[in-house]
Amino acid sequence: MAYTTPQGKNLVHIINPSGAASEEDVDDDEVSLLLRLQKDKVFLLNTSINNLATSVARPNLISLGSCLGKFTKSGKFKLGIGSLDVLARWARYKVWVKPNGELPFLYGNHVVKAHLGRITEDTPEHQGVVVLSMADIPLGFGVSARSTVDTRKLDPTGLVVFHQADVGEYLRDEDTLF
Amino acid sequence: MGRKSKQKQQDPTPHQPRQAHGTRVTKRKAKEVAVGNASKKSKQSNSIKQAKLPRKPKDPESSPSIHSSDEEDLEALQDLGSDDASIHDDDEYDLDAASDDDMPQQPPQQLVFSDEEEDSDEGSDDDEEDEEDDSDMSDDDDRPVKEKLSAKKSKKLDELALLEAADAEAEMIRTNISTLQPEEMAELDDDMVLPTEEDKEREAVEGADAQTVYGRIRDIVRILGDLRRFKATNRSRADYTQQLIADISSYYGYTPFLAEKLFSMFSPDEAIAFFDANETPRPVTIRANTLKTRRRDLAQALINRGVSLEPIGKWTKVGLQIFDSSVPVGATPEYLAGHYMLQSPSSFLPVMALDPQPNERVLDMASAPGGKTSYMSALMQNTGVVFANDANAARTKSLSANVHRLGCKNVVVCTYDGRQFPKVIGGFDRVLLDAPCSGTGVVSKDQSVKVNKTERDFALLSHLQKQLILCAIDSINTKSSTGGYVVYSTCSVTVDEDEGVVDYALRKRPNVKLVHTGLEFGVEGFTNITGKKFHKDMHLTRRFYPHVHNMEGFFVSKLHVQPRSVVKNKLAQGEKDDDDSGKGVLVDDEDDQPDVTFNDDEDKELMQKNQRRKQKAKGVKPSK
Repeated sequence: MAYTTPQGKNLVHIINPSGAASEEDVDDDEVSLLLRLQKDKVFLLNTSINNLATSVARPNLISLGSCLGKFTKSGKFKLGIGSLDVLARWARYKVWVKPNGELPFLYGNHVVKAHLGRITEDTPEHQGVVVLSMADIPLGFGVSARSTVDTRKLDPTGLVVFHQADVGEYLRDEDTLF
Repeated sequence: MGRKSKQKQQDPTPHQPRQAHGTRVTKRKAKEVAVGNASKKSKQSNSIKQAKLPRKPKDPESSPSIHSSDEEDLEALQDLGSDDASIHDDDEYDLDAASDDDMPQQPPQQLVFSDEEEDSDEGSDDDEEDEEDDSDMSDDDDRPVKEKLSAKKSKKLDELALLEAADAEAEMIRTNISTLQPEEMAELDDDMVLPTEEDKEREAVEGADAQTVYGRIRDIVRILGDLRRFKATNRSRADYTQQLIADISSYYGYTPFLAEKLFSMFSPDEAIAFFDANETPRPVTIRANTLKTRRRDLAQALINRGVSLEPIGKWTKVGLQIFDSSVPVGATPEYLAGHYMLQSPSSFLPVMALDPQPNERVLDMASAPGGKTSYMSALMQNTGVVFANDANAARTKSLSANVHRLGCKNVVVCTYDGRQFPKVIGGFDRVLLDAPCSGTGVVSKDQSVKVNKTERDFALLSHLQKQLILCAIDSINTKSSTGGYVVYSTCSVTVDEDEGVVDYALRKRPNVKLVHTGLEFGVEGFTNITGKKFHKDMHLTRRFYPHVHNMEGFFVSKLHVQPRSVVKNKLAQGEKDDDDSGKGVLVDDEDDQPDVTFNDDEDKELMQKNQRRKQKAKGVKPSK
């Protein structure tokens, strides 16, 4: 699956301590986490925080913990930008964009070949990837348009990554995001 | 909640920083001095500056008589230079400790923001880091020349303005000490004549000349400085004050009510400095988000993007002041990735006073747009839990967007009226109440405050604030081992929204006492002012002014809530004492009201009427 480690199979697996990928992550996971569905949004949070937040009535509760994504009206789950922290930490396939490609991506555009700085060696086609700046700041995520091998032959305006979410949404979609 | 100051930080459109200005000069004056004479000025002797500075150009017949000759100015200034420290003796800042060799005449406000290296007493790691910060920034070779220049320029402007302020102060002192000869004094007496009724009417119709009015303001301030010496024989202090307030409201554009309210808090010359400071914008500042980055790394990243910046001051380890930027600081990739927050320095203060500890349960009662909330979360290192509440559901959007952007994972965002709070959830270790207020401290950000606040608004706001502070106190877990603190802050400088509210809380809740805020600067709160007497510990609260600290006007107080049982025991011992001290000024004493009896006949009618109405509301046809 797209956003997981070799050991992890899906999102639920990520928050499950037994699925921890490396030893350094284990102590973080000692805190018990849970997923909470609030209206149509899915939140990832500490159990202790959730217990306290039960005293807040649902209509008055806006958000808690970090928001992984939401269920659409047709019942599909859509990953949101709030999941970037989790994804960036666990992602196997990454794409780094050059400084001149940062802003175009943050304004919601796809990543073109000209802006491609680095890419994980064995990325297949149509694979979920995390997009980072050259300074290793996670900027968003998307789906690879070509495999690593095919990008080499691409002309500079050809698409490398299809845009799915970027941190610019915190400003652009402030009203609908949470 | 209704706080204008916060909306700005939060602006989703790209945000261009304004030129940093740290001074208390009027716009006109600043232009005159900074632009016209910037190059010459630094070389010229003080006397020349002195001659044109303190007073606006005005009617030809009046100006020469007020100005003494240049020689005298020089003399006076030399005097000042020789015992600089003694003049500022009563200032709370230690001039000697902070003044730099290059800038001998630093007025106090610079000290707070001084960026020179000073030997710090605590040799902690963080301090060392800060020093590295500074050297990084000044010695950085990668930085384009243009930025360096602009930073230098703004610094120079600052210095000039500071010198100027010092001069103005010197002038003030000089006129007060008065080195003038007797005949000149006689002239001075004749010179300032309060406008007659006809003059006032004419001004009202034709519109007053701004320069004349400003000149008159300066004159009256001077006269009020030493009334016995300067006043006209047939005039009283009240006459001058009345005219001064009228002039202030026309020159600066305040409503007369607000002008008087603010004026009454300061001495005349300080009041003018305050009003002047409200005309100039405060510097743009950001707070590094320690959850995602360090200030040094952030500064480096922003410098590479063409932003020129410097640490705000010694008192904060996370603040950076933006001087100039070639990119919008509200839309850099670092901003979007949550490495910093656009936040005014004054909003660091309540959080620093609150000092939340890891693993605590903290409440922010009026939190939008989340600058303070995220700072608290960062101080707690994403442990424990922060309840971020805001009554305005629309503003919780930007609040939660900011909270998520900055990576605060211990925050619960909810929207309640703050007054419901102990009912929703209580037992907090610390509560921050940054109350909705009139915003008289942030006039420089939002000029509309000058005209849209009436007496009624102030009454309503302070009423709301009193309700909120009691709710905040009641939400505290009094048995908390680590906390039990409430911080009450406003971005208003008026007394009835600040000391008045805290005093009310102290009277209503005997288990609450004021404690030191832990902030190393700021002006002490009033213990009494214009006939109102407040709690004797009110000096522990802190006030911040634009003209003194170069940040928005702000008020911070910290309250410790003790278990009720402790206080009950104390009360049992000395009940009488408490009764005496508990008498307040602001709240009507209920005992004074005459006895009230019921009038049964009249009541019967009313009760029936009400019953019928209730039935109607339920959909039942009234029986009669």
